[in-house]
Amino acid sequence: MIPVLLLFIPLVAGILGFFIKEQKAASNWAILASVVTLMTAIVGIYAMPASMHQFEATWLPSIGANFSVALDGMSKMLVLLTAISMPLIFIATRNNNYSNPGVFYALMLLAQAGLIGVFISMDALLFYFFWELALIPVYFLSSIWGGEKRIAVTFKFFIYTFLGSLLMLVGILYVYLHTKDHSFAWSSFTNTDLLSGQETLPFFLFFIAFAIKMPIFPLHTWQPDAYEQAPTATTMVLSGVMVKMGLFAVIRWVLPLFPVATSTFAMPIVIVSVVGMIYASLIAIKQDDIKRLIAYSSIAHIGLMAAAIFAGGTLGLQGVQVQMFNHGINVIGLWILANAIESTLGTRKLSELGGLATKAPTMAILFVVLAFANIALPLTNAFIGEFLLFNGLFQYNIWIAAAAGVSIILGAIYTLQMVQKVLFGEVSAVTANATEINSYSKWVLVVIVLAVIALGVYPQPLIDLTKDSVNALLVIK
Amino acid sequence: MNAIIVSALLGVVMMFSGIFTTNKTIIKNIATVGVLVLLAANLMEMNNLFSFDINTHDLIVTQRYGLFFNCIAYGATFIYLLLSASDITEVGINVAEYFALIFFVLCGVAILSSFNGLLMLFIGVEILSIPLYILTGSDKRNLKSNEASLKYFLMGSFSTGVMLMGIALMYGATGNFGMVHSSSLRGVIVASQQPPYLLVAGVVLLFASMSFKVSAAPFHFWTPDVYDGAPSVFTSFMSTIVKAAGMLAFIRVFENLYTVLGPTWHIIVDFAIVTTLLIGNITAVFQQSVKRMLAYSSIAQAGFMLFALYANNTEIAKEGMLLYAAAYSLATISIFAVLIKLQDYTLDGFNGLAKKEPVLAFAATVSLLSLSGIPLTAGFFAKYYVLAGAMQAGGALWLIIVAVILAAVSVYYYFRVIQAMYFKEGDPQTLPITGGFKAALIAVAALIVILGIWPSALLSWLYF
Repeated sequence: MIPVLLLFIPLVAGILGFFIKEQKAASNWAILASVVTLMTAIVGIYAMPASMHQFEATWLPSIGANFSVALDGMSKMLVLLTAISMPLIFIATRNNNYSNPGVFYALMLLAQAGLIGVFISMDALLFYFFWELALIPVYFLSSIWGGEKRIAVTFKFFIYTFLGSLLMLVGILYVYLHTKDHSFAWSSFTNTDLLSGQETLPFFLFFIAFAIKMPIFPLHTWQPDAYEQAPTATTMVLSGVMVKMGLFAVIRWVLPLFPVATSTFAMPIVIVSVVGMIYASLIAIKQDDIKRLIAYSSIAHIGLMAAAIFAGGTLGLQGVQVQMFNHGINVIGLWILANAIESTLGTRKLSELGGLATKAPTMAILFVVLAFANIALPLTNAFIGEFLLFNGLFQYNIWIAAAAGVSIILGAIYTLQMVQKVLFGEVSAVTANATEINSYSKWVLVVIVLAVIALGVYPQPLIDLTKDSVNALLVIK
Repeated sequence: MNAIIVSALLGVVMMFSGIFTTNKTIIKNIATVGVLVLLAANLMEMNNLFSFDINTHDLIVTQRYGLFFNCIAYGATFIYLLLSASDITEVGINVAEYFALIFFVLCGVAILSSFNGLLMLFIGVEILSIPLYILTGSDKRNLKSNEASLKYFLMGSFSTGVMLMGIALMYGATGNFGMVHSSSLRGVIVASQQPPYLLVAGVVLLFASMSFKVSAAPFHFWTPDVYDGAPSVFTSFMSTIVKAAGMLAFIRVFENLYTVLGPTWHIIVDFAIVTTLLIGNITAVFQQSVKRMLAYSSIAQAGFMLFALYANNTEIAKEGMLLYAAAYSLATISIFAVLIKLQDYTLDGFNGLAKKEPVLAFAATVSLLSLSGIPLTAGFFAKYYVLAGAMQAGGALWLIIVAVILAAVSVYYYFRVIQAMYFKEGDPQTLPITGGFKAALIAVAALIVILGIWPSALLSWLYF
């Protein structure tokens, strides 16, 4: 019952949200709805018996599709990430004003419903439904409230991902016709009569869709533009939660379905991911726009996770799970900072900023902690995640691990460069009259920073949450 | 049998109604009630309550599948009249005749869903087509309408000639007008080891002329001009209900044809599907007029419906055909209903519609999402069913991948309209819009979404 609630609270709240006209009311409504969702998620995951964690109802019996949702370790963690992110995003951006605020917040809530749906579906057709459903609200959000080039950029993003999902649909159909009981259930999908040679084609049909979504090199071209042009609240959803859809989907729908193809093509995919990491890091060094810098840094981080997934092994997969959560909250923190800088100073250009540390000391402290998390310094949450990821890569192939290590160094370069240019140095004309970050954003950042440190010191809760699904995965493999 | 007789009678009634009254509202209402009567008559036959018992010597055989298709077609016509009947009355002065012609077309639909032999196929196609030639030219003072009508008539007659030639050759090969898959025909093939040349030539000619009727490439050239030139209300009718009926006839006459042509059959169908999808989708991208874009989109959608033909009559393909007919008709009727209300048919004419007329923009958006096959709309399951049918029948995977890539292309031109409505500024001029019209649009949008979540709501009627 719990997954159904988690799905329908944002869905219904979103539909009702369309009718709210006022900015504050709409914002309050969204915060209320997302907090209720968060409460439901926490209570549901930690206080309810496992029997409440799944739900199944018939949907289209004639073609073997069911409304089948469940919370297992991995989906629990990502549902928690989604549920935590949304109130943080809504509170942090509470001072932003939107035209048609009701519609804005309604679409955000619908996107949340879609995301949760993706994470809890145990039926391939249902999964496909939610996969698309998460996309449609984001398309409208970015196209209506985004930056100057929003329409063309969002359109590129939409067509890119839509093409990917259509290919996945063909893949789903292909696997479906090879299931023994002609059903879309995940359990039937993992138990097909596909011969090992037949796995290649559906493997790529699925993988391309997910690779576009993550995105990994060379399918990433939509991402920096989309992040830059989308309204910041939407960018947070996109990079904090939505890119995890791709990683999640690979773990849930690719590894167990196509074990032979996965191991056959693991090496090229790992290499491409690592190349993408270094490539994205190099570009990030050259960026002058904070949003684009974070976008490229995000590509690099996702690339590492993708590489670790295909490198396999318990530690690597465990690291991916932990890191999905950590990266989610860290990157949201960075976006909140970018949003704060842009909305108070009117620019995102590093070359125009400088000396903010003297003008806004609180923000500077928060900024520095999040920057350290971005380069995975020990005592931050990202450290343990990246440590596990590198451990996995190292066991897979030392040279690849070494190459991936280069991107960590590059990561330190661009992140510290950004910190230096924003916080230190001469006070520029733009930053001369800078003020402290607004209190909504400040308190959200404080929460995030505390989480960064807490999970950096004691990451065990995350590991416990996802351990069973990693083990289950290795058994299937 | 009910549908054929009642629709023909209603056509006559409509013609006479024009003698007794010139009040447009009354005529309009008679027509709307008439469609409901027709639907009721068809439902009665479907549920074995009452049907005219006429011995047609097996020329007409009513089956549940065909009757169910009639229901969809008549239901769609009812929605079409709800949304657009008042626009039909504005086309010209011969209001009653327009409705009469629509009923004659519906008679053709009923014949095409129940014919059992090539002769009846021919009669059905002609009954369907001739009223359309007139409707296309019904805007008498508009040169484009006249041109479209003449073009349609000339090309249509030519394709009719080709069809007759094909039927004649097939008759020559088999000695009867039976369906292609009938046992006698199999006998001919078995006796001569391979299909006789006469028969093959006839089948190919018939295929070409049926392709013309459903505007499948490479016989689609008339479509953009005719759809663009005809009054928009009639374009809506032609490109939905009529096209779906043509497609049904196409599929019925060629089901199991692969037994005649062997592997060659798949080459022909592959070619037809790929070229139709390619030409429809790629050309639609470049259109600036939404009406013309919808004409090309209807070619592209025909390409998807042809997958039902490809799937060799499997259960899922048959269901897919019905669902596609319903989904495509609903979406296209609703988008045309919105289009008619706008003064300017270009893409820029849609700019800012969401601000001015949010209900119209919303309904149009749902329809466009459905046409592009986004989940939660009927269009998704329609595409899903036909593709699944093709795949289950062992269809080539490359063909399906080509189809989905082109479906992604279709998103490009459908979403441009959404972009114009929602993301661009403008002040579109609209005709007066009534509350009833908006309510009907919302109802259609709701129907599209319901079918998109639960297609069994429609399909389960096929079996009970």
